[in-house]
Amino acid sequence: MPALPTSLWSSVARKALMALTGLALIGFLIVHLLGNLILLSGNADAFNLYSNIYASMGSFLYVIEAGLVAFFLIHIVSGITVALGKMKARPVSYKKVANAGGPSRKTVSSVTMIYTGVLLLVFLVFHVVSLKYGAHYDTTIGGEKMRDLYKLVVENFQQPYIVAGYVIIMTLLGFHLRHGFWSAFQSLGALQPRFSNMIYIIGVFIAIILAIGFLFVPIWIFLNS
Amino acid sequence: MADMTLTLKIWRQKDRKSPGKFVSYTVENVSEHMSFLEMMDVLNEQLIKKGEDVVEFDNDCREGICGMCSLVINGRPHGQEHGTATCQLHMRKFNDGDIIVIEPWRAAAFPVLKDLTVDRTAFDRIIEAGGYTSINAGGAADSSAILVPKSDAEEAMDAASCIGCGACVAACPNASASLFTAAKISQFALLPQGQTERKRRAANMVAQMDAEGFGDCSNHAECEAVCPKEISITHIARMKREYFKAMVFDE
Repeated sequence: MPALPTSLWSSVARKALMALTGLALIGFLIVHLLGNLILLSGNADAFNLYSNIYASMGSFLYVIEAGLVAFFLIHIVSGITVALGKMKARPVSYKKVANAGGPSRKTVSSVTMIYTGVLLLVFLVFHVVSLKYGAHYDTTIGGEKMRDLYKLVVENFQQPYIVAGYVIIMTLLGFHLRHGFWSAFQSLGALQPRFSNMIYIIGVFIAIILAIGFLFVPIWIFLNS
Repeated sequence: MADMTLTLKIWRQKDRKSPGKFVSYTVENVSEHMSFLEMMDVLNEQLIKKGEDVVEFDNDCREGICGMCSLVINGRPHGQEHGTATCQLHMRKFNDGDIIVIEPWRAAAFPVLKDLTVDRTAFDRIIEAGGYTSINAGGAADSSAILVPKSDAEEAMDAASCIGCGACVAACPNASASLFTAAKISQFALLPQGQTERKRRAANMVAQMDAEGFGDCSNHAECEAVCPKEISITHIARMKREYFKAMVFDE
């Protein structure tokens, strides 16, 4: 029997890769947000000690970072492929488009995934450059010298345009996740009608919690420093 | 209700290669009891009397079972009614003086042949790739010889009610044929007769769907909302599971 003509880059498998990496990245965001909550305490040492856990991981940190970059790349490349494929599959667009309603899940979120995704990517580059590779301040906690990341974060979030940018981008993140979370389960073939609505609602909750969580921290720091 | 007068903006295209454009027509004496296609017939009679080229549109049974009629009506494939084909849409759903935009299915894999008719043979090629069972049926078996749970039989029948009209592709923001392909995979995956070629069917049909140039499924579920047979995207989820099995296991 000849081998079955399956491919990791078929329309079905590609979307499964996008779904798996997307869900993993949501997991990353949840951990990230929990870390950010330390900022709300206003305790510089607590936040610096937390960030130092990662800084002192040594080469293991590179393994984690390489994994994150790989997940982002797979997610981004598959997303861009879908968007380009869409333009190729419908070269002539409709004069009039109306939503069908009923069981449709077509929303502002679902039709703007590529735009919110690209903006999140642009933000991600700015975010990493301005914080991870930003100014390096030192602090000493309990006799140990470590990076004063708290100072840099507060410096950043004292600037209104940066805070405004974070608020806008994190709102877009919420829209991206609103369709993305539910959609990932459908792409993995994991949805049944009896719990499809429940997964969709959980996705909306996750989107709201992550978006508000991430945009609240810069606002909080801006108002309290 | 008195007869209606409508303004139609219809996509006219001479043939596959010519560029098309929208042309406005006024149709008078449209009865609310007419189907949408009968209204189109009235328009074409007017055009014939004037010696003009009629508007080409696909149709056959006109009772919602053949899958020939198409038409994107005011931005919705098969019009605003749920669970019906264009032939089952009645003019009582419109008002006197309405402007109705009528377009063909738009997809690279469904090239326009003339006016509102498109070439849907891409669907035939997806079926040829695996939408069948290679079983010598022989004489009719006892109905109790192969037991099928009622829920499976019903879900298979839901999938098998697909008439292959292509509204799913027309409605999909990505022009994906996932709902059609999934329905045709699902109807066999659920039944004993479909088991032998199960993995090969999923792999081949998805490969053919991709080769035809349909877009990816982004889970907008707009297809389910316009499907005249209201086929659920749960069948798309099943197609994915079938495909993953084909990726991991041999036949």
